[in-house]
This record gives sequence, structure tokens and C-alpha cells, in this order.
Amino acid sequence: MAESSTTTSTSSISGASVRRGDRAFSGVSRGAGLLVLVIMAAIAAFLIWRSIPSLAENTGNFLTEQSWNPDGDPSVFGIGALLFGTVVSAIIAMTLAVPVGIGIALFISLYAGRRLSSSLAFITDLLAAVPSIIFGLWGLEVLLSGSEGIQVWLNDWVGWTILFDNRLDLYGKSLFLASLVLSIMILPTVAAVSREVILQVPPGHKEAALALGATRWEMVKMAVFPFAKPGMISAAMLGLGRALGETIAVALILSAKFEVNWHLTEPGGNTFAANIALKWNEAGTTGLSALIASGLVLFVLTLTVNMVARYIIARRAEFSGAN
Amino acid sequence: MATTTMPTRSQPSSLIGGQLPRWATPTVGASAVAAAFALNLTTGLAGWFGTAIVAALVFLVIQSIWSFRVEGRRHAVDRLATTLVYSTFVAAIVPLVSVLFTVLVKGLAVMSWAFLTDSMRNVSPRAEGGGVGHAIVGTLQQVGIAAAFAVPVGILAAIYLVEYGRGRLAKVISFFVDVMTGIPSIVAGLFIFTAFVLGLGLERSGFAAALALAILMLPVIIRTTEEMLKIVPNDLREASYALGVPKFRTILKVVLPTALAGIVTGAMLSVARVAGETAPLLLTTFLTQSYNYNPLEGPQASLPLFIWDQITSGTSASVGRAWGGALVLITIVMLFYITAKLLAARFAPKG
Repeated sequence: MAESSTTTSTSSISGASVRRGDRAFSGVSRGAGLLVLVIMAAIAAFLIWRSIPSLAENTGNFLTEQSWNPDGDPSVFGIGALLFGTVVSAIIAMTLAVPVGIGIALFISLYAGRRLSSSLAFITDLLAAVPSIIFGLWGLEVLLSGSEGIQVWLNDWVGWTILFDNRLDLYGKSLFLASLVLSIMILPTVAAVSREVILQVPPGHKEAALALGATRWEMVKMAVFPFAKPGMISAAMLGLGRALGETIAVALILSAKFEVNWHLTEPGGNTFAANIALKWNEAGTTGLSALIASGLVLFVLTLTVNMVARYIIARRAEFSGAN
Repeated sequence: MATTTMPTRSQPSSLIGGQLPRWATPTVGASAVAAAFALNLTTGLAGWFGTAIVAALVFLVIQSIWSFRVEGRRHAVDRLATTLVYSTFVAAIVPLVSVLFTVLVKGLAVMSWAFLTDSMRNVSPRAEGGGVGHAIVGTLQQVGIAAAFAVPVGILAAIYLVEYGRGRLAKVISFFVDVMTGIPSIVAGLFIFTAFVLGLGLERSGFAAALALAILMLPVIIRTTEEMLKIVPNDLREASYALGVPKFRTILKVVLPTALAGIVTGAMLSVARVAGETAPLLLTTFLTQSYNYNPLEGPQASLPLFIWDQITSGTSASVGRAWGGALVLITIVMLFYITAKLLAARFAPKG
């Protein structure tokens, strides 16, 4: 670390004004850093504070109840179906998107030619910013009919897994469709972050592997993956986080129902975020509070996922170009 | 890397070893597609999607077996991996291109100068006409305010983490920046609603929406800036220190300019990302069908909310307008990207 040697060097040369400037600048930047902690704490505090009224009024079991009627008399609501839909759709989306996303990153950074790779990188960057509402619109108007074939096929051939068994022969706004759209949505994020870390792999490592006679795949396995693994985990984490909290695309695609249904291709399904968006403007006071309570659960859920992922990354030594 | 072990596997007789002929890949590919179509007819595998998957699988199997027999295990695995990497790219590009193509085609159908400048004032959902002018104004203002908050704070926080932060506090902040990256956009909206509307008793407004967007931008900017600052070589910092330049000047005059291209790109990317966020806006603003140039007061439209409103209206005229709005939104996002890339290319320090 070079910084340790510099703290002593500032004092002798330029005197007090420099020290003041240094102190002010470090103070301001530390304040900006602290703001992150303040915001996180404030989010938790405000959401807890505003969930309490509805939780006190709720006559159902908040965790298992599969209905949503907080403004009724008596007030009954619970997150059972929401939790199920959110977790299942996000996990399916991540399972689909992470291998493909890492494949794209490898293709762009190692397999494609130099000229091709920079324009492909630009395209994935661009697609990372396609707004979720546009994916929702596309999911409704294109993928809804376009994915029917694969859903019918899944029903016919792997229907015995229950997951793809469609008892109604009705292929429409289902949790499966939402998961597909989610996986496409998080794909650019996973790919872009993975590409960043793959590009940071020191060329010497890759060249050394190739010079020893490794095939390209062996080079990827021996030089790229060990270096890029924490970054790839962080890519998957970003993807999962985005899938868990994705709102508008899911709200457009699902035909919201309050039931736990393992038959993923049947119409229905619901998630925390979609439910909040759909119910927000018609909710009364208790209704708003109940939605905030479900938002609090979503917040805790994403927080937990991120903390676990972060822990996995922290266990690996971090090394960057600067050190 | 002082000692390296040579691969112990005995080499084939020739220096290069067995190799598949050049025509191997196209031949295997063609036969795989043929096999997939044959399976398509016999099993009733529906759609081009399933056919493509089967073709890819057949290709993988044939190529692997052939390569294994001629070239050996290592090269067979290498070919397998190469094919998989290529096919992931194809599998991903297809839906992504489809999204852009659909938006372009359906958006251009309603596009006109009037669509860009008109508002939805006095236009019923069923009627043709109307426009997104009011929504463009709202989106630009809200995103601008969000960036004005998030960019300086984010860059400063990143500077703290990379240049100053040592010990426990920096670790905790860095940890929570990562955690904050995963905050769902709707939670940011809920937070601003509870703090701003319920807590302070203020009206829902464009400004509240901007605050929610700023919360979403902040961790993205911190992380990208952090990455860029870390890449700046320590040699530059040490050279500056050796010339007697104090630390804060070194950061401002040496480190930041070196990393500027990356920082600007990161900021623009985060702007582009939040420009399309719908969920927080849904909770923190009310939609209006008229122009409102004041983000501090009254309901304000924005492109994502406009699109949401038009889809949920559900008439053919309004869904057409939704696609038009989608095209405008994507174009704005794209402008941010291209500007970011141009800036990055222009100001990137060479060498």
C-alpha cells in the first residue's frame, strides 16, 4: 500500500493549508460514504415503522396466509403466495441466466475477434439498460405466444415433474413466462459484470497458460475462472437481486393470483414487487401499510441474498490491477 | 511461477497431432440441423425454439465423439466449450434483438413530430393521437435531479473507499454499498414514500421520484467509480506524492482525470438504467396527462409511467402509444449510452 508512506510526506512540504485541504476532502468523502449507511438504516427504520399498524390489525397469519384483504373487516392478509412466487421465479431466472451470461462474457472477451468484440460489448451494455417496462411489453406481445410451443413440449415430455405439468392446457400469463422474461432481463447485467472481471484477468496469466500448451478452454479454466470467480459471483448476485425485486415486467406478465401453485406454466403467480405495484393506488391506509410490510419482507430477502453472496466473495482474496 | 510442470501426457507422433478436417464443423452442423428437423417431425417438438435446442445438442454430441476419437480428450472438451460459448451468445442475442426490433417497428408506427411534442391532454384512451411531450419533460427533469444528487455523492464515497478508507468503517461501508446494489427499485420507492410523503407530509411529486431514482443510482455509481479508481496504477499516485503534491490534489488532479472516462461511463450507464425505472415512480408520483414543468409540485408524467398507463388502458390506440413511448424511452437511454461512449473515447488518457 502506497498510502501509508504518504501520510507523513504531506506535513513537511506545504504546511497547514495543505493539511486543512486534506482533512476537509477526506472528511467530505467520508461523509458521502457514511450516507450509504444512513440511507440503509433509514430504509429499514421507515419500513418497519410503517408496517406495524397493519401487522397489528392483521387477523390472518402474515407468513402463511394466501389472500390479500388488508382493508377488509376483519383485515386478513399474508405473504405466503408472494414469497413463493418471488423466490421461485428469481431462482429459475438466475439458473437460466448465469451460465448463459458467463458464456456471453467469455465469448465477447476471449472468443470473438478484437473488432467484433468491442461492438458486441457495446450491444450488451446497451441491452442492460432496456427498461423493465419494455421487457414487460415485449413479454406480453411477443414471448407470450412465442413460448407456447416450448411450454407445450415441456408439459408433454417432462410434465411428470409437476413443475411443467399444465392441468388446464392453458398457456398464458404464468410464473414460468415471468421467469423467462426475468432471465432475459438479468442476462445483460450478468454478462456485463462478468465481462468486466474477465477483462481484468492479467494477460500474463492467460499467455502463460497458452504457452504451456493449454487449449483455450483449459486457459479459461486455469487462468480466467480462478481470477474472475468472485466477480462472477457478484454478477450472479446482481442478477438475482434484480430478479427478486423486478416489478413492472412481472406485474404486466402475471395474472396475479394469491395461491402457491407448483405448476409453473399455469396462469397465476404473484411476487412481492408486482403485488405492491398493482395494489398501490387502490389501497387504503391499512392497505398501504400492509404493502409496506410486504416490501419490508422483500427488502430483508434481498438483503439476506446479498449478504450471503458478499460473504462468499469476501472469503476470496481480492486483487486488482492497482496492487 | 518459477517452477512449471510440463504436461505429462505423451504426444502423438506428429508435432501437431490429430486434427479434425476443416469441413468438420459445417458438416456436423448441417447433419445436426437435419436430425433436429427429423426429430421435430417424429416427436412433435413444437416451434423453432425447441428445434434449435435439439440441433445444438445433436451437434455437440457428434462433434464431441468425433473430436475425441481423432484429437483426444483435451481437444474434444475444448471444442465442446467453444461451441457452448458460441451458442450462449446466439441464444441470448435472439431475444434481445427481438425486443429492440419489436420496439422499433411498433414504435415507428405511431411516431411523428406531433407524438413527440403533444401531451395526452383531452385525448381519451380510445382515440388516436396524443403524445409523450409531457412525459419526456418529466423523465428528463426527474433523472437530471437524481443524477445531481447521486453522482457527486457517489464519486466522493468511492474516493473515500479507495483512497482514504482503511479499517472497519470502510469495510462496513463497502459491504453495504454491495448490499444497496441489490435493493429492489420498488423498495426505494416505498422508502421515499414512507419518508417523504408519510413522514414529512409532503405531496407525491416528480422530486420525490427523483430522490427514489437517486437512491438506485448511488450504489451503481460508487461501485463503477471504485472499480475505475482501483485500476489507476499506484505508480501515478507515488510519482505525484514524490513531487510533493498533497494527497487531495493528487486525487483531484491525477487519480480522477486518469479514471474519468470510466467514471463518466459508469455515471451515464446508471442514468440510463434508472431512466426506465417504473416501480418507484408508480409509488412516489401521480401521473398527469398534461405538461408540468415543475417537479416540486403537482403530478408529473414520465415516460415509464406513460407507457404503464397506456398498456393498462388496453385499447388498440393506447397500446400503440405505449410502443411509441417505449421507442422514445429506448432512444433517450441510447443517447445516454452513445454520449457516454464518445466522452469516454475522447477523454480517455492514452497509455
